[in-house]
Amino acid sequence: MTEAGTLPLTVATVEVVEEPTFDDFMESEIKRILKRYPDHGAALLPVLWLCQERWGWISAGIMRAVGQRLDLSPAFVEGVASFYTMYLLRPPGKYLLQVCTTLSCQLCGTSGIVDHLKEKLGIDFGETTKDGRFTLVDVQCLGACGEAPVVQINNDYYTNLTEKCLDEILDGLGE
Amino acid sequence: MTMEPILLRARGDKNSRTLGSYLKRGGYKALAKAIAMDPEEVIDEVKASGVRGRGGAGFPAGVKWSFVPKDLAKPTYMICNADESEPGTFKDRELILVDPHMVLEGIAIASYAIDAHTAYIYIRGEFVRETEILVKAISEARRKRYLGSDILGSGYELEIHIHRGAGAYICGEETALIESIEGKRGLPRLKPPFPAVVGVFGCPTVVNNVETLACVPHIIERGGAWFAAIGTERSTGTKLFCVSGHVERPGVYEAPMGTTFREIIEEFCGGVRGGRELKAFIPGGSSAPILPADRIDTPADFESVAEAGSMLGSGGVIVMDDTVDMVWALENLLTFYAHESCGQCTPCREGSDWALDVVRRIRRGQGRTKDIETLQRIARFASQGMTICPLGDAFCLPITSFLEHFGGEFEEAIAGAEQSVSTHLPVLPVRSDQALFEAEEVGR
Repeated sequence: MTEAGTLPLTVATVEVVEEPTFDDFMESEIKRILKRYPDHGAALLPVLWLCQERWGWISAGIMRAVGQRLDLSPAFVEGVASFYTMYLLRPPGKYLLQVCTTLSCQLCGTSGIVDHLKEKLGIDFGETTKDGRFTLVDVQCLGACGEAPVVQINNDYYTNLTEKCLDEILDGLGE
Repeated sequence: MTMEPILLRARGDKNSRTLGSYLKRGGYKALAKAIAMDPEEVIDEVKASGVRGRGGAGFPAGVKWSFVPKDLAKPTYMICNADESEPGTFKDRELILVDPHMVLEGIAIASYAIDAHTAYIYIRGEFVRETEILVKAISEARRKRYLGSDILGSGYELEIHIHRGAGAYICGEETALIESIEGKRGLPRLKPPFPAVVGVFGCPTVVNNVETLACVPHIIERGGAWFAAIGTERSTGTKLFCVSGHVERPGVYEAPMGTTFREIIEEFCGGVRGGRELKAFIPGGSSAPILPADRIDTPADFESVAEAGSMLGSGGVIVMDDTVDMVWALENLLTFYAHESCGQCTPCREGSDWALDVVRRIRRGQGRTKDIETLQRIARFASQGMTICPLGDAFCLPITSFLEHFGGEFEEAIAGAEQSVSTHLPVLPVRSDQALFEAEEVGR
C-alpha cells in the first residue's frame, strides 16, 4: 500500500443502509486520505469514492455521515456529489453498463449496440432490470475513441464491440 | 515522415509498465540529471525546448513554470492533468498504459523545477485500471527512492498523490480541476489570478497535461535544443495524434509536429474506412472547428492548423466519411456540451441547451427559416470572452464551423421541413423534446 491511493478498486455489493457508519478499515483509509491534503475539505471526493466502493452508491444517509466526518454541511456534500456524474445517487444494478454515445463511438456504430442492449435487457437508458442485475446508462466520451464502440461495465472498458461479442461478455458475467 | 518514437518507444514491450523495464530504457536518468542542476536551469532547458502544452491550449510549458513566484512563504504544488475527456482524445490513457514511469519522472522533474514537494495526478474517474497502474508505479518508484523523501540521496522530497475525478468534462479546465481537488463542484475560476500565483489551496500551482510532462524527461536528458529541432520552428517536438472515426486503423500515432493530416489519415491509419471518400475531419478534439476534406494537406502544428481555420488542440483527429449527416454530427457534439456545461455562466448553460434544441429540431424535420441565424446568434453570445472558461467557445466553434463548411445541409434540412410550425423563436431553452414542443404551443 502506498500513500497514493486505495487498492484494490472494487465494486461493492449494493447495500441500502439506514445509518451508515465507518468501520475500522474505512476509518484508517479516511485518515490516510486526509494526510494527502493540507485542507480536510479536499478529502471529500476520495471519501465519497471510498463510500461508493463500500456501499455501491451514495445515499442521503451516506452524505450526512461523510459531512459529519469531514466537518462539511450535508447540503455542501450533496452539492458536490450531485455535480459529478459518477457518484451514483440511486442504487444501481449489479452490473452498471455505461455506453459511450459521443461522436467517435457513434461513427463506429454505437447506435446498433444501444438498440441491441435495450432489446436484450428490456430496459431503456437510466433503468435497471427487474432482477437487479443490469443498469443501462448512456455516458459522454469515455476517452477510448480509437477502440470504438466502447462500453464500460463496472470498472472495465470493453472495446471494439459488436453485438455478438457483447452478448458473450454479458453471458460471461457472474450471477 | 518516419522517425524513432520518443513518447511511445516502449509500445510493444510486454513489461513496459514495470520499473525494471523503464530503467533498462534509461529511465530516471533525467531525474538524476535534473536534481544535480539548479531548478532555474531546468526551467531554462524546458523553455529552450519550446514544448507547448499538449492538453489543448498550447501554452509554452517552461514559461508557465517560470510564472511561479520565488521565495514565497507558501508551498507550491504540481498537478498532472490526466482528466482526459475531450471527445476524440485518448493519448494520455495510452501513455499511462504504456509508460507510467515516464509520466512520473516528468512530474518529478517539473516539481523539482518549481520547488513543489507535493504533486497530484488528477485522473478521470472512469480510468480505474489506469489509476491502479499509476498507484503501482508510484509505489515501485518510492521503494527505489525515485520518489518520496530524499530522492536519489539528494535530500529533495516529493510525494505524488492520485486524485480521482468523478465524471465531469469541465474538470479538465485547470481552475475547475483545482476546485475539484479542493473538494468542490468543478466550477472554473476567473483568471487572473492565474494558478501559477494562486492555485490549489491558495498556493502557487502549475497544471500540466500528461503528454507535456512525458516530454520533460527526454528534454532534460537530450537537451532543449534537440527537442526544438524536431517539428516546426514554433511547434516543437513530436505530438501524439489520436485518430478515431472512419479510418481503417484508428489509434494513437506519434509524429513530429508539422506532419500533414494526409500523412496521418492516409499513411498511418490506412485511409478512410472501406475506401470511401473523406468528407471532413476535426483536427484537435471535438472543440476544434471542423475542416472539410480539401484541408487534408494542412500540416498538423499549432500555427498551420490555426491558419487553416481550426485548432491543433489536443491532437484528437475525428475522421468522417461521405456518409455522415452533418446535422446529426453537430447534434451529437452539442449533446455533449449541453451535458457538460457546468452551469456557472448563463451564456454557456442556456446557450448550449438552446443550440442543441435548435439543431435537434432541424434534424427532426421541424427546422425553421430563422434557425441558422439563431444558431449564429447563440454562437456570438456565448463565445469570445462571454464566459469564465473556454467551454463557451468549445461548443460555439463547432456550430460556426459546421455552418461555414456544411451550412447547405442545414439549409436543405430546413427547406424540407414541414412549414406548418410558427417562426417564433423559443425564448426559453428547454432540454427535452417534449418540453420544447410544449413551449412551442405557448409561443404560438
